[in-house]
Amino acid sequence: MANAVEIRWHGRGGQGAKTASLLLADVAFNTGKFVQGFPEYGPERMGAPITAYNRISDEKIRVHSNIYEPDFVVVVDETLLDSVDVTKGLKKEGAIVINTSQPKEDIIKKLNGYEGKVFTIDARKVSMEALGKYFPNSPMLASIVKVTGIMDEETFLNEMEGSFKHKFASKPEVIEGNMKALRLALQEVK
Amino acid sequence: MSIRERLSGNEAVAVAMRQINPDVMPAFPITPSTEIPQYFSAFVANGQVDTAFVPVESEHSAMSAAIGAEAAGARTLTATSSCGLALMWEELYVAASDRLPIALALVNRALSGPININCDHSDAMGARDAGWIQIFSESNQEAYDNFVQAYRIAEHKDVRLPIMICQDGFITSHAVENIELIEDDKVKAFVGEYCPENYLLNDNGTMAVGPYAIPAYYMETKRAQLEALKNAKKVALEVAEEFEKISGRKYGLFETYKTEDADYIMIIMGSAAGTGKEAVDELRAEGKKVGLLKIRLFRPFPSEEIANAIKHVKYIACMDRTESFNGHSGPIGNDVRTALYNAKADCEVINYVYGIGGRDVTVESLKSVYEALMEIEKTGDVGERYHYLSLRD
Repeated sequence: MANAVEIRWHGRGGQGAKTASLLLADVAFNTGKFVQGFPEYGPERMGAPITAYNRISDEKIRVHSNIYEPDFVVVVDETLLDSVDVTKGLKKEGAIVINTSQPKEDIIKKLNGYEGKVFTIDARKVSMEALGKYFPNSPMLASIVKVTGIMDEETFLNEMEGSFKHKFASKPEVIEGNMKALRLALQEVK
Repeated sequence: MSIRERLSGNEAVAVAMRQINPDVMPAFPITPSTEIPQYFSAFVANGQVDTAFVPVESEHSAMSAAIGAEAAGARTLTATSSCGLALMWEELYVAASDRLPIALALVNRALSGPININCDHSDAMGARDAGWIQIFSESNQEAYDNFVQAYRIAEHKDVRLPIMICQDGFITSHAVENIELIEDDKVKAFVGEYCPENYLLNDNGTMAVGPYAIPAYYMETKRAQLEALKNAKKVALEVAEEFEKISGRKYGLFETYKTEDADYIMIIMGSAAGTGKEAVDELRAEGKKVGLLKIRLFRPFPSEEIANAIKHVKYIACMDRTESFNGHSGPIGNDVRTALYNAKADCEVINYVYGIGGRDVTVESLKSVYEALMEIEKTGDVGERYHYLSLRD
């Protein structure tokens, strides 16, 4: 898929990596792109490592396979760095985004010599500040949008506000917190 | 104007069902088709359809209830996967021989064992000889489009047979992708009202459904059933032509991709066909004359039509997403070889088992199939004709 941006998500069952990949597909779709968002299914249980994928393109997407040489990787849970080869196949022109509170220099040591760009975000801190609870989804979504540059921040925030209004129609009180999490994450990812 | 959306394959089929607004849906959940009755029961609860939703206690009961409802004169559908379809086995034959145009959304999944929830076509292939019309879909779009066309084929007076619309479990059923939906009123007008000629709740004529047939009648009944199934080819093409007028999307019995001048082609079905087209384009960019044929209508098998489309090709790979345990061939391999033999074609045909139990099918793996065909031409040595693709050592 020469013309598609390919993204791989690593998370643990229950953390919402799948949901985040579907939200990214949603928001890219809303800006006129062709999208794919799909998880890799197996025996699912809370806490087990899971993988999800996105393809985003200006052209119709025909390929239906997993992604082995992604342009970008998102790691929703840093404890996976000890057990999963998260940079496997990751293009060195690409980038990896990791949810961690540790300094970047320490995290890089765990990436098997990956030569591309490394970004970190403390999604727990962002989420606690914005929502008072730990939901890494929204901060990680904002981070990957910023790192990939698939759309400008203003468009992204407008689209997300629209979809939160739809998604949380029955509990509008959480919309502001989630928007705050997105805005904070856009600043915090480095 | 069509509606630009992004939906998973399961959602897409559920939307088609909502637009059709059938009379009855008996269903029992099984991964990966569970979402279809789940979405649909929400449509029922929200009053978006006036379908009688029957939550039965097994797939055996789901198909039994579908047979009862359809025989009574109600437009009926259900959804299932894998072992769920296997549990319907007995009833599948009853539905077909009673000439009941039930529509079934099959989300393809491997049969046990070992227990596996991922995609292959062994469930559909187990039902291959049951007398149902079987149509396979490459994408969420095709699963939706094929379901919208399903009743027009199945209920046609020259056919009157049940129809199975297949899509690949998880690969398309759970992947969110772009889709163009057709407006509700256009779908409703296209599908039309169900007006069966003979049905059990008809006051103006009595009938028996599913009677005993002594040897003097059984064979003639089956021969008549075959004739009806063969008619599905002509009807599927007529319906596709009308469908193109409301959707702009063209469907045939199969799709050929860059086969006209091809020396090497693969014959494939389901979601891997799109991946295969990507492989074709990459090899074409290197000047290799490769092509692909994707089967849409698998039962009845478009034997003469496929033979006519490919008999000029020297090297053919048939791709089967199932194991038939006959030791030499898969279902597509068998059917294609028979078609070519009857057409007196001189093609070299090899057969691959691929993607079973959810083994990922990549552009690279499908390119290796074409490379194997080229190697046969180069060396003149066919070697084994039955292979497993992407098998670990």
